[in-house]
This record gives sequence, C-alpha cells and structure tokens, in this order.
Amino acid sequence: MKDQPSYPKGPITQIYGQAFTLRGDDIDTDRIIPARFLKCISFTSLGDKVFADDRSEMNGHHPFDLNINKGASILVVNDNFGCGSSREHAPQALMRWGIRALIGQSFAEIFYGNCLSLGIPCATASAKTINAIQNHIENDNRHYWTLKIKKKKIFSNDQAWEVDIQQGPLEMLATGKWDAISQLMSNEEDLLKVKNKLPYLNQFKKF
Amino acid sequence: MWDLHRIAELPGGSTQLFVGLHLIHEVTSPQAFFALKEKGLRVRCPEQTVATVDHIVPTTSQDRPFADPLAEEMLCTLEENCEIHNIKFYGLKSGNQGIVHVIAPELGLTQPGMTVVCGDSHTSTHGAFGAIAFGIGTSQVRDVLASQSLTMNKLKVRRIWVNNTLKKGVYAKDLILHIIHTLGVKAGVGYAYEFAGPAIASLSMEERMTICNMAIEAGARCGYINPDEVTFKYLENRLHAPKERNWTQAISWWKTISSDEKAIFDDEVDFDASKIPPTVTWGITPGQGIGIDEKLPDPESLSPSEKTIAQEAYNYMGLTPGGTILDLPIDVCFIGSCTNGRLNDLKIAASIAKGRHVAKGIKAFVVPGSENVAKAAEDEGLVEIFKNAGFEWRKPGCSMCLAMNPDRLEGRQISASSSNRNFKGRQGSATGRTLLMSPAMVTAAAITGRVTDVRTLQ
Repeated sequence: MKDQPSYPKGPITQIYGQAFTLRGDDIDTDRIIPARFLKCISFTSLGDKVFADDRSEMNGHHPFDLNINKGASILVVNDNFGCGSSREHAPQALMRWGIRALIGQSFAEIFYGNCLSLGIPCATASAKTINAIQNHIENDNRHYWTLKIKKKKIFSNDQAWEVDIQQGPLEMLATGKWDAISQLMSNEEDLLKVKNKLPYLNQFKKF
Repeated sequence: MWDLHRIAELPGGSTQLFVGLHLIHEVTSPQAFFALKEKGLRVRCPEQTVATVDHIVPTTSQDRPFADPLAEEMLCTLEENCEIHNIKFYGLKSGNQGIVHVIAPELGLTQPGMTVVCGDSHTSTHGAFGAIAFGIGTSQVRDVLASQSLTMNKLKVRRIWVNNTLKKGVYAKDLILHIIHTLGVKAGVGYAYEFAGPAIASLSMEERMTICNMAIEAGARCGYINPDEVTFKYLENRLHAPKERNWTQAISWWKTISSDEKAIFDDEVDFDASKIPPTVTWGITPGQGIGIDEKLPDPESLSPSEKTIAQEAYNYMGLTPGGTILDLPIDVCFIGSCTNGRLNDLKIAASIAKGRHVAKGIKAFVVPGSENVAKAAEDEGLVEIFKNAGFEWRKPGCSMCLAMNPDRLEGRQISASSSNRNFKGRQGSATGRTLLMSPAMVTAAAITGRVTDVRTLQ
C-alpha cells in the first residue's frame, strides 16, 4: 500500500514517515470501521474502508482523504482513541491504509493490545504535548517524523517531544516478540502444571 | 484467582494467563483459524472452547442459505472450523444457540473462578459470576486457540459500592448508565470494575450481567461481582454446571474466591441506588446520559474534553442544550442484545406492554437473546402479550444492537434501544440516532411513540 507495501515484521525500533492528525476524544471502533464491513472472513480489503462513514460525511475533506496525507504512516490522535468494540478490524483497517504508529493522549485497552499484536506502537503523551505535536504537524505536514521506540521520543525536523510507551510493549516491539504466539507456545510444561491444578478442570478436588 | 491461572511471567512484566473458557463466534474467529492453518497449528484445548453464531444471523427467517451471501459464508466458515478442530458448536435450531454472552451463562458454561475470554468486548458480562472475563482481538483469539493462554497485564481494581436499593421503575440498566455517566467513558481504562454493596447483592444474576456487560462502556475491560448464593442458585442444574458430588465441592471452592472484607482496592467509589432515576442517553457515547427529568446539559458547563464531544453530539442528534429528552418522538424500538435480551428483561417489558398497544407509525420489535430465552418466553405467554401489543417477535441474535444483519435504522431515524452503544452509525445507518435505556423504558416509548417515564405507566 502506497509507500509502505510491507506490514510490520521483526524488531520495531523506529517508525519514520509523514504524520497527520485526527482530532477528537472518544473516537470509537464503530467509527474506525463500521460494523457492516465486519462481514468478511479475511482482513485484506479493509484498508479503503477505514472511517468509511465519517469520510463520506466529509465529502473528501476527511484527513484520511486529503492528498497531502497520502502515504503518511504516523497518526496523532487525542483521548480514549479506539474505545468500544474489540474488533481487530479497526487496527487492521488503519494498518492496511498505511498507519504504522499512533500517538495520542490515551487509547482504549483492547484497541491498544490489538495494535501491539500487529506490531503497531501506540505511544502516549499529556494533552498538552499532544496538542503541541498536532499544532506542529498541522502548521506544516510535509516533513517526515521519526518515532524512536527505545528513546521514547518523537522527532520532527527541528524538535523532539517525549512520549510514553509501556515497558512491556516497548520490549516486545524492540525485540520483535510483539507477535506473542511462539512465546506462548513455548511454555507447555508450565501450562500443564496450571491446567492440572485448576479446580474446575479437575472435579473440584482440593490441592 | 489470577495466580491460579498464571503460567509464566513474560519479559516486560506481562503475565501468561491460562484461559478456562474460550467462547468464539463467526465475526472475530475466521481470520484466527486461518492463521492457525497457515502455521500448521491445532487447537490446544478444543474441550475448553465453545462456539455459537449470533452477530450476523437474520431475525426473521433463519432458513439456510441466508439471503446475504457474506453472512452465509461466515457461518459456513465457522461450522467448518468447528468441525475440523472438534469444537462444540451451538448452531441455529440446536435449541441452545443465541448471543454468546447470553448462552454461556444460561448453559452453565460460565462459572465462578474461571478465566473467560471471547473476541467480543462485552465478555465483561461473565464477570457477574465472579469470573475474570474480558474481550480480546482476533490475534489473541488465535493465540488462545493455539496455546489456551494469552498475555495480559494485571488490572487495577476500582470498587463501586452501591448502597440501598433501586426504586420502583428503575432497573440495573439505569444504574449502570448512571455509573458510566458519573465516572465517564474512559475512567475505567487500566481497571477492572468490581461492583458490590447492598444494591448489587439484591440484584438477580440477569441484572448483574446487565451491570458487568456495560463495564466496558466505562472503559473497564472487566466487570466483576463476588459470587454468592444468588450465583450458586442460578447455576444449579444448568447443562454444563457441575453435578452431584462435584456440585458440593464446587460450591465450597467458589465460596473461597470472594474478595474478602479487608481487601484493599486501588480506588473506591460510592453510589446511592435510591437516588437514581430512569436514565436515558441523549448523545453519541454511553456516558452522555441523563435522568429522565433532567435538562440536557449546557456544553459550556462541561469540562473541556466533554464539551467538544457534547457539541458534536448536539450536532449529530439534532437536540438543543437546556431541552428535555422526555417526550422526544422516536421511530424504532428495539428490545434485545447481550445487555438486555434475557428472560427477566422480556418479562418486565411484557408487563408494561400487556393490555396496551404500540403507537401508530412506530416499529417495535423484540429479539430474544437465545433460543432458550425464546422458548421460555413462549411458554410463559410473553410472546402472545408482545404480539397482541403490536411488537414484532423475532428469532435470537445480536440484531440491531450493531446491525450486522438486516435489522437496521434508516436515514436519521431515532431508536429507543435496550442495547449498549449509541455511537454514531452504530445501528446501521450512518446518520441514525440511538437512545439507550432500560427495556421497560423502551416499551414505554413504544406505547406512547415518545421518550416516556415508565413510572407513569406502572
């Protein structure tokens, strides 16, 4: 898709790209991807559908439709982004449109986890910092930005802001272990220990 | 309970948690099964996995194939995946199909002390039984299928203590809408919400499920209520509940898992149930609710972050600050969903509908939460009451809660809805408007054609 044909893979240490803003608190996953587009058995065609209803309402003026944002990969949002439904279709749609990192005041928990399991960092910062970053982008969004994961900083061409990335997700991204499946499958012995001691799987015997 | 399910501590501080019950449905599982196939993996514990179909099913005729080929394809894919992986599937006309958060409790699958996950945010419902229950995304559905476990960070706990009891005409739905309005839609991020106190203790299991169901609308991934005699009585003799000697042993274990009186919480908030009026949302988030007698808020009086979304809500809803929600004309009435599609919800609605009739020009329909709820409603004569009162009686499914099936709003229609989300476009029309309220209030609105204080009809 656009300038970023490949989806996140391996260790993610930085995201480099054009940034744009989508202002507003409490932007829910029904808005990110309306439910009718969930009628599918694969995620592949979701990229064009991201924010479908908001975009048609704004008739070409939605940030995801503006020419200047084409090819951008960093999205800066406000508070409680991604609230509501657990649909992974929401981050999938954003990713397939081209988004590779989000920065915002806060993210809903399930959405945050879904992004992480796709290798998309959600960095947070105070309302004041977010507003400053958003103003900076909106004043001149031709520049490229870099989100450095370990440094927990986002750099514009002439300035830098500190952001927060929780330690667990940070390590998972930086080491390439954000796709949890192989790690989860490597603890079979410990899993059996737990399974064999759970009362409700063992006739409620006392251990 | 957390420790009992902990398999390992992972780098970065998250926990690998064992999953006791994995519920799956047609919308968020196909991509997960596809990923297993790609990686050549099998389902680790099919016996801890249970499937049903709910989101996409039509509620008029459920004959196969469905008129919508996409919906048909999703159901076929689920059937196929369950067969390949030997997963118990409660399909249409099995007698046990229904909304996943309605059937798991009613079949006794959900039990105290379990970890319960499902690719659906309203999995918080199951916390009403004293389970750790939360919604997950499709990548995590894949993880759980493959490893019967997932990575999770331990949540903080906010205890919500509710004193006294609800007044007549005020229901669990009003209580939770009031709580979400008071605490806000993002206050719960990072928390589990534990509900307790005299008002909660006096609620039935069905009412407790309504409360925990909407914890997610307050931002909290889990709702939780300590198990007690009400819980045990509800579970006794259910299909998958422990039987005979196991039942006695189960109860003695369940009694040990309550958070004790001296437990220290990360935060505590108190409410007084007796002061809560019937509550209705007027805006585009579940937190934008008001008491039925209150005036719509002046955006200028709200905090900066609430102000912007309030203005957006006024624009979208076509309402004016200072006005009332009472007497607002409505177009469609929907009774159902994982919040309020259980037998007790239908009993209350029927008690108000009895001997009355839906107002002219109003489309009103009742969608039972499961095939078992439908059967019980028929046996108890509720279906006849609804039909005589001019309500359409439908087949079980999620229906117009999120409109993934043919049930939807048209254009700018306003619905009075017993569901859980009033987001823009939620009920299938990009400009459709949703007012969330209790099933009793939805019934009252259907009778008068306007938002009505149900207490005036009781």
